[in-house]
Amino acid sequence: MGKPADRRDRAGIHFTRIHLLYLAAGIGFFLIPLAADAFYTRLAGRILIYGLCALSLDLILGYGGMVSFGHAAFLGIGAYTVGILSNHGVESAWIAWPAAMACAGVTALVIGAVSLRTSGAYFIMITLAFSQMLYYFFAGLADYGGDDGMALWSRNSIGGPVDPGNPTQFYYLVLLLLAIVFYLCRRLVHSRFGMVIQGAGENERRMRAIGFPTYRYRLVCFMISGAVAGLSGALISNQTLYISPALMHWSRSGEILVMVILGGMGSLAGPVMGAAGLLLTEEVLSEYTEHWMIILGPLLILMVLFARGGIYGLLSPRRES
Amino acid sequence: MTTPVLTLRGLCKDFGAIRATDQVNLDFFSGEIHALIGPNGAGKTTLINQIAGELKPDAGAIRFEGQDITFQPVHRRSALGIARTFQATNIFNGFTALDNVALAVQARDGHSFRFWKPARRVEPVRDAALTALGQVGLVHRADTRASRLSYGEQRLVGIAMALASSPRVLLLDEPMAGMGARASAEMVGLLRRLKDRMSLLLVEHDMDAVFSLADRISVLVYGRIIASGTPEEIRRSPAVREAYLGEEEITLENTATGLQVETHA
Repeated sequence: MGKPADRRDRAGIHFTRIHLLYLAAGIGFFLIPLAADAFYTRLAGRILIYGLCALSLDLILGYGGMVSFGHAAFLGIGAYTVGILSNHGVESAWIAWPAAMACAGVTALVIGAVSLRTSGAYFIMITLAFSQMLYYFFAGLADYGGDDGMALWSRNSIGGPVDPGNPTQFYYLVLLLLAIVFYLCRRLVHSRFGMVIQGAGENERRMRAIGFPTYRYRLVCFMISGAVAGLSGALISNQTLYISPALMHWSRSGEILVMVILGGMGSLAGPVMGAAGLLLTEEVLSEYTEHWMIILGPLLILMVLFARGGIYGLLSPRRES
Repeated sequence: MTTPVLTLRGLCKDFGAIRATDQVNLDFFSGEIHALIGPNGAGKTTLINQIAGELKPDAGAIRFEGQDITFQPVHRRSALGIARTFQATNIFNGFTALDNVALAVQARDGHSFRFWKPARRVEPVRDAALTALGQVGLVHRADTRASRLSYGEQRLVGIAMALASSPRVLLLDEPMAGMGARASAEMVGLLRRLKDRMSLLLVEHDMDAVFSLADRISVLVYGRIIASGTPEEIRRSPAVREAYLGEEEITLENTATGLQVETHA
């Protein structure tokens, strides 16, 4: 049933319908700045950045079975790293963006070290509690705007011919970074490390019985996920030139969670589609009513009830069950 | 007599007011199948969980090849050479049979902080996994998703996963439960082949299988070992007869024709 129409070409590359989809999506996103005006380029860039963040959540949620309800914390840490560095005169993306990843990664290491000792509902509550703590911490950080947040003077610089200050160039930079991270994460989930993460996601007890100290594998995965979310935070602060505690509010964590579930857990590409789905629906529906959530809510319920695989599941050939 | 590979000394475990394990002393030898029988709720799985490391005993010691492992975590014991199967089938449904066993091989191969190469293309791991699948006769099902395997096949995959770590001690928690007659007979043959290389602890309700396989049988009742000996000694023991079968006038010889011990539970 539903065997994918695979064919091996001469280069030995496995080509499936889903690969064609990636190609189409890539070309589509590539063409947007050429075909549409600045407004749509901004919107597409926003989709890519939140897609990156949702993709990082998918690593721990879809593959590792860790339902984190505090992912916005890492997004916020990444953004604040860029903002605070910029405030002190550090404008180079070569420093600021890796620093954003490092700060978010270390934060994830600390949060994960505590949270991963629990599971199920407790894990959800602890990750939520940590992210709310960070939210209130930054809301109270008066030197860096406190509740009101802070504005960035300009985008980070890269040097050479690349100018992130140019919206089109910045958009392509985001697209490139997403493509790179997507490729790295695909390698990761199919690697031996990835198999351990997937195994622990499905049956942690069994994994321990066959000899895996699952805690440290999950912790490293949590850290990687946090670091990638930190990168998306650095990018979103560059896109909007504005950083506020709202980035790390729990409702933001919820939106990222919705993107992953809407797009399809455990697929990496799905969460990007989910980000597109959520942000586009918001964009379109809010033209008509400010209560757009009333329409999106039932849509989500239908999705969860009838299309467990999310958008990705609807588009890709049916998996054997 | 050779030295035991695994010894339990004075093991106790309480769950509230219930004493699930009561002063248990047992020795397990390589090349032997040691069966643990007893009515439901006697504490057999609790004992296995303590040996595997999922439960910490309240008192007593567990030694493996001379080393005290009483407080070692599960994954360390697994690495040392104590493997187990589970009562309920407990394998990874999303993976193929081969993936399942390959994961177990990977665990034996040291750390898995390897982020780049696709796991399914690591030939030594795949080969070792195929060998383990071969030992349980499931090579032809290697690429089938675990969720699509029959119940008996899933149990065999569970055993192949345990074998992949080349264990010295294999803990089998009711490997025949829910199996048909033919599958049970195959399992008996498999366990008999395995015993040369390791020590097997067999918890099983199928008395036919237990009495035909075991070199030594211990009887657990309310957490306490009431008898331990060869199948012949257990069959003749009045204490076993009384504790195990209660007032029912059934001799243990009848068990050879398939009497289920749950009758008393």
